[in-house]
Amino acid sequence: MPDAPRILYCHCAYAQVVPPDVKAAVLRRLCESGAAFDAVADLCEMAARRDPALKRLAEGGAVKIAACFPRAVKGLFHQAGADLAAERTEVINMRTQSAEEVSAALASADMNLNLPQGKTEAAAAAAAARKT
Amino acid sequence: MAIKDQTTLRVVLYEGAGAQPLGAADRFAALTELLERGYTVTRTGTGTVAPADRSTLLVLGRFDEGRVPQAEDAEGQVAVHFEDISGQDTAAIAGRVEWHREQRGAARHGEWKPWFPVIDYDRCTNCMQCLSFCLFGVYGADATGRIEVQTNDNCKTNCPACSRVCPEAAIMFPKYKAGPINGDAVTAADLGRERMKVDISALLGGDVYASLRQRSDDAKVRFSKERDDKKALAERQKCLTKLATAGDIPVEVLMSLPAPDEILRRAGEAKAKAAAALAMNHQTQS
Repeated sequence: MPDAPRILYCHCAYAQVVPPDVKAAVLRRLCESGAAFDAVADLCEMAARRDPALKRLAEGGAVKIAACFPRAVKGLFHQAGADLAAERTEVINMRTQSAEEVSAALASADMNLNLPQGKTEAAAAAAAARKT
Repeated sequence: MAIKDQTTLRVVLYEGAGAQPLGAADRFAALTELLERGYTVTRTGTGTVAPADRSTLLVLGRFDEGRVPQAEDAEGQVAVHFEDISGQDTAAIAGRVEWHREQRGAARHGEWKPWFPVIDYDRCTNCMQCLSFCLFGVYGADATGRIEVQTNDNCKTNCPACSRVCPEAAIMFPKYKAGPINGDAVTAADLGRERMKVDISALLGGDVYASLRQRSDDAKVRFSKERDDKKALAERQKCLTKLATAGDIPVEVLMSLPAPDEILRRAGEAKAKAAAALAMNHQTQS
């Protein structure tokens, strides 16, 4: 039986873009659950630092990340040189989902793989044009 | 020192064998306090967490009978420190962590709002418009001529201007208020919407730098004829207000822009950098 996915929680400490009541409720439930988890103050700050910790957070099997938009989370990790693997990453969006939805997703053994992947048509066409 | 060169402290809240678990409320209070202060915290329990890296580890625990473990990394790559937090309240725990941070010379968090562009390479076509546009040297190109964010400390807090000039909505600011700049999915409607395609230069009647050059020349004539500083300032403010409104650019960012001549010099540099990167990219692609 595979290991349960790891949990990574982002507190988005340096902006008010994640509703405070949502992130507080999600963290409270994590604390009540008895589960092991990694919590970071702010993924953006870590990405800006090129923090090597992001590499260890990206590695090591399936991971569920409670943060913001999947496109942004993917970009932040990439910019820090710590690519997330699409086949084992789920990003749960605390900007748009309720605390109940986020907590349920974190607690579930199922993975909803949702990292955007692949070039858009425009980007692919531009790359092809450069080759000709 | 650039923030990417600073070291950090990883805090571990240990509640396994040889330590008493915290109550859920105490755990929540301690974690919240440490996160608000910018620390990365790992809570041990049932399940796995991320592996250790080369950062300094501070292990907090209510160790049995106050017996603080002694441990070291066999490979000597991770410095491990322990702190018994038995009987300590949240403020005291945070105080001890701060003390350890200072002792290890680790980064102090929260002194800079992490505001910088994040490139969505799934959308980016490497057109270099962002590099050409930015006057603050945030962008550069890698060895293959691919656009990248190189000096994010230079980015102007709350300014999303470069994302407005990107024709593919490939530049995100995750802390921005609205999509798709905040990383929300890009829809066809977004791309078609006028505000997504805001060509800031067009607001000034064409090429923004050509326009600034014209304004600079006009200003010189005006100064020589009238020496009317107030009129020149009013003109600049009128122009900047227009930009601020259309591009959602903080007025303080616009007001801190250098004089038109310096803007032109920087713009010339940025354009040359973009052209060189494109040439390099064409070369590596062929």
